[in-house]
Amino acid sequence: MLAVLKHELSLYYHSLSGYVFGAFLLAFTGIGALIYNINASVANFEYVLSFIQMVFIIIVPILTMRIIADEKRQRTDQLLYSLPIRTSEIVVGKFFALLVVFIIPMIVICLYPLIFSMYGDVYLPTSYGSIFAFVFLGLALISIGMYISSLTESQGMAAGICVVVMLLNYFCVQIANAIPNETIQNIIAKISLFQRFSLFYNGIFDLTAIVYYISIIAFFLFLCVQSLEKRRYNG
Amino acid sequence: MITVEHLSKRYGDVLAVDDLSFTIEDGHIYGFLGPNGAGKSTTLNIITGCLAATSGDIKIDGHDIYEEEREAKKLIGYLPEIPPLYVDQTPREYLKFVAEAKGVKKADIEAEIDRVIDETHITEMQNRLIKHLSKGYRQRVGISQALIGNPSVIILDEPTVGLDPMQIIEIRDLIAELGKKHTVILSSHILSEIQAICEKVLIIYKGKLVAFDNIENLGKTMSEGNQIEILSGGDPLETIELLERNTAITCFEQKEMIDGYNSFKLTTSNSNPYEICEELFVAFAGKGIPLVKLNPIKTTLEDIFIELTSEEDEDALYGGPEAIEPAEEKAIPEQEAR
Repeated sequence: MLAVLKHELSLYYHSLSGYVFGAFLLAFTGIGALIYNINASVANFEYVLSFIQMVFIIIVPILTMRIIADEKRQRTDQLLYSLPIRTSEIVVGKFFALLVVFIIPMIVICLYPLIFSMYGDVYLPTSYGSIFAFVFLGLALISIGMYISSLTESQGMAAGICVVVMLLNYFCVQIANAIPNETIQNIIAKISLFQRFSLFYNGIFDLTAIVYYISIIAFFLFLCVQSLEKRRYNG
Repeated sequence: MITVEHLSKRYGDVLAVDDLSFTIEDGHIYGFLGPNGAGKSTTLNIITGCLAATSGDIKIDGHDIYEEEREAKKLIGYLPEIPPLYVDQTPREYLKFVAEAKGVKKADIEAEIDRVIDETHITEMQNRLIKHLSKGYRQRVGISQALIGNPSVIILDEPTVGLDPMQIIEIRDLIAELGKKHTVILSSHILSEIQAICEKVLIIYKGKLVAFDNIENLGKTMSEGNQIEILSGGDPLETIELLERNTAITCFEQKEMIDGYNSFKLTTSNSNPYEICEELFVAFAGKGIPLVKLNPIKTTLEDIFIELTSEEDEDALYGGPEAIEPAEEKAIPEQEAR
């Protein structure tokens, strides 16, 4: 697993995708901080996160599109299958590599509330609570992106499907509101990953949401393993 | 040692591999032959654990490829048909990943990479990006990947496809070298290649094993005895009379005339065709019939391959090392009985 993790990281930082992902995330955070914290003089960093969560619609596909699709296209998946490592180790190794690529810009983002607190009164628990939840939201979306990448050989196709899924996820609550049925609206609000994040930037640390995100991650990694195993059975 | 028992693989309605059983002993170079689509790559993919079988067992030195995946896979180095290379890495980085994944001890990784780089002669290319390497060098990087961890069995699926003649010779020499230390299974449909390097041959056709033996043994069992080609200058009837007089000639067939000479293909039961050649020479000389060609034919792998994989031999499918006889009976269909 460690071998896969190291290998994936080296691939991400050999190509541009690791840097593009980090740059996008940091650029949007910078813009958000400029708008909310500096121009509007709001002391809540969590609002910046609520603003930048939509950036996931673009950066998750950038990050995850090649992770498995490219292995299939280059036929390097055959190498992975022939190596003495389990499919689950391959998937978890790849996921941890994505986690590291995601965490690196997040560490930089963690400095923002500290810097702001030097110049004003920032309530750090909600800021860091939101950053914590933001990481889990990102990881849950990344696990979905990774599963989508395992379904196709084409990076472009993986990216396209991933953008659509991210958009649906982002706007599903608004779409559901158009349906005149309260039960459906409630269910969709409960399922929506982005909706659950809204509690955090409104100042509530919702542990059930964290558990939900972890469940989503586990579920899609499991699907990813199954998708790779299926290829082994069907060729 | 690799034991394959009753291996079958089905893709929907298509049976790609049909009840295949064989044993690969240690220390030989095996040739895995078959026409395109015969099931060669599928079989190799299953043996290496890249593909799951529909039914059947595969054991590598007693380790089941599914139940003891890790132990079994450590014993095999595999180069698939398309070398699985990360083109954005250098060979050295790539080999480091493979070494780590194969569980080579951290302290030994660098030495192991140096060893395989040296063995496959890619020292000069080790720090260039794989995408900038020629096809021949990419193939070598692929082979070096298979050698990492010093596995006892090396499986190479069509390693010379797409290479130029010089590169083919180089890769062939490399494989012959590997055969001294490892058991090598080499899949190919280039017959001369197999004949040049392999000691034993497995021929697979429509997912079934049709032959498994040494090349010489296959040649012996293929045709009933040895064959001789002659070109005679005399009257054809006189030639036929002389041929009929020799009791060691079991049958003969008149071919098209070549440059005004009568051409015959003879089959003899004598294990030494040169003896018959001598007798024929004396007999023809005695009658004053000029004999311009007297040529004992050695059965080539090509003959064996064509005979076993041609449509009419479909019934003659292989059941075990001794079950080659049914193929022989059908082997000379157009020969005339005496």
